Amino acid sequence: MQSQDNTMTDPSNETKQAEKAKQKATDPAIEAGLERLTPERIKKTINQVLEKETGPRFKAYVETCMRCGLCAEACSYFLSNDRDPRFMPAAKVKNTIWEMLVKKGEVSRDFLREAVRISHLECNVCKRCAMYCPFGIDIAYMMLLVRRICHKLEITPQYIQDTVNSHSVTLNQMWVKDDEWIDTLQWQEEDAREEFEDLQIPLDKMGADIMYSVIAPEPKFQAGLIYQTAAMMHAAGIDWTMPSTPGWDNSNMAMYTGDNEISGRIAKAFFETAAKLRVKRIVMGECGHAFRSVYDMGNRWNSWVMPPFEVVHALAFYHELLTEGRITIAEKYKKKVTLHDPCNVSRGRGLHDKAREVVNMVCEDFVDMVPNREHNFCCGAGGGVINCGPPYKGERMVNNRNKAEQLAATGAEVLIAPCHNCHSGLEDIIQHYDLKMEIKFLGDLMYETMEKKIYKPGA
Amino acid sequence: MNSFIAFIMGPMVWISAIIFLGGLLFKFIGIIQSVRSKEPYVFSYLTVKHSLRSIGAWLIPFFPKSTRLSPVYYGISYVFHIFLFVIPLFLASHIVLFNEAFQISWPALNDGVADWLSLAVIAALVFFAIRRQMVPEVKYLTSGSDYLLIFLVALPFITGYLAYHQWFAYRWMVVAHVLSGELMLIMIPFSRFSHMLTAPLTRAYMGSEFGNVRHARDW
Repeated sequence: MQSQDNTMTDPSNETKQAEKAKQKATDPAIEAGLERLTPERIKKTINQVLEKETGPRFKAYVETCMRCGLCAEACSYFLSNDRDPRFMPAAKVKNTIWEMLVKKGEVSRDFLREAVRISHLECNVCKRCAMYCPFGIDIAYMMLLVRRICHKLEITPQYIQDTVNSHSVTLNQMWVKDDEWIDTLQWQEEDAREEFEDLQIPLDKMGADIMYSVIAPEPKFQAGLIYQTAAMMHAAGIDWTMPSTPGWDNSNMAMYTGDNEISGRIAKAFFETAAKLRVKRIVMGECGHAFRSVYDMGNRWNSWVMPPFEVVHALAFYHELLTEGRITIAEKYKKKVTLHDPCNVSRGRGLHDKAREVVNMVCEDFVDMVPNREHNFCCGAGGGVINCGPPYKGERMVNNRNKAEQLAATGAEVLIAPCHNCHSGLEDIIQHYDLKMEIKFLGDLMYETMEKKIYKPGA
Repeated sequence: MNSFIAFIMGPMVWISAIIFLGGLLFKFIGIIQSVRSKEPYVFSYLTVKHSLRSIGAWLIPFFPKSTRLSPVYYGISYVFHIFLFVIPLFLASHIVLFNEAFQISWPALNDGVADWLSLAVIAALVFFAIRRQMVPEVKYLTSGSDYLLIFLVALPFITGYLAYHQWFAYRWMVVAHVLSGELMLIMIPFSRFSHMLTAPLTRAYMGSEFGNVRHARDW
């Protein structure tokens, strides 16, 4: 406990760590990209984006901000860095896009290096600040605009750019090959049949009620999650299917690098896969950004006001399974649990109350973290931040101190994080700050506690 | 000189009122047209219900969490904005002028009360200026134009207060008061004072995104 207190309260130590981490993290993609830039190209690109790709919305944000500073309290980065003004949301705008606007695109390479850092590593585009600005100014939108400019200047951080390259080539985030995907599903099916006689993971079943989709990290290194879902689908007797062809991955890192064209392509392939299978609706695993991609953003890039299919996040799906009695809980989970509300399904879709109902149906002892629901602090990993990779992990941990303090205050033994990005980021936090907590997906607990029925058709 | 004063006290009042109202109207039309041609998606998500829900929530004192985290600043700011409109509109000597021009009148504030309210507005502006120096995150964002805006609002209230008490150079103080009032009105459409028009619009859009798409609260 002593060591934990030290790391969490000694700011000088943390600042030193941050400086060290910053010096170490020279990103080859950013540096090489900056080398290639000429002042003419910088100016032309910035002005093209500002003039052609923005409109009255951006203009209104710039003209309306009264520099009141109320957004500061919203931001985990500001709170984790001892209220350093540079980390407040409006300052991030001031140090990136305002400056580009004022200088009409005539900015230096050093300025751009800072702009990449601020927009990609010091903002999770979680939109909490939009709830703390009296005028509802969307600073996340402006940070994504900065990332768009960085993308067009080809100075996106290496790791996240690689995931976009993978999306572009394979339509999934992790270079999963077509045969590996099918092979993984069949492997999980085979394993699960030892527990559930006749269990199937139906591939390409035309006209199924539900297309189930996951993000590429699941087949890549968390195949057990697919197993668990298959078990739930089987026990509940759901008419479901998974696509065998590209378009199965609902993740979308291009959405976070400003590569809007590829982002739109990914979402389109995803919806076309569902359309081809003529499913009634799409259910997706516990991922937040993927939900944002197909529910809120990818559809817009394809000129759909709302997604062309009903898209159901795992939280809402579990709620449905439990309240309809399709799955019953054999014995409630005993340990004291707390719940992290991921920005993209809570602030992004209002699923926080349903999530609490599910947790209370599954667990005996639930304690809320404070703040919670729409006001929950960000995991510090989402919005593409964790995807910028290991070189930046050190500074990410410094920037997440606030989250560690919030988690520690709950006194819970188990942290439920129903989002892949949050899950990975929070796992890092628990380890770094030595919090005595286990981390789980809600599906882990559903699977652990549910009645493991063997479904018999017609029975 | 007299003709200059006559111009300031006469036609210029009309000109500044027209620039103020016309400028805001022009700006509003410009925004709508520009949204239509460049970002029509805004209309796909904007709903009256969720716009009003969000604006309404943010008008209730200390209802949004953000306002509870900075209660002093928010409280002063809230009262300041009310007084900013109430004082000029309900001042007896202003109502007399409206009556002369349009033959309409309405109940006036007691002069003594208005006097204290004006002092409160000036005090609030002093608070805003000091806050810009004292609170690090606000100081970080502050530039000269922020002080200029504070000064522009303070000027009509300071000159009005001095003119009312007739402590010195009454006639010149009245001229300065009218001139500074005109300057402020003219500046509204062309400066960040225009947040009186744009803030409800940005709030409405964010309120609609939250209410209509995100099914979440934005306060």
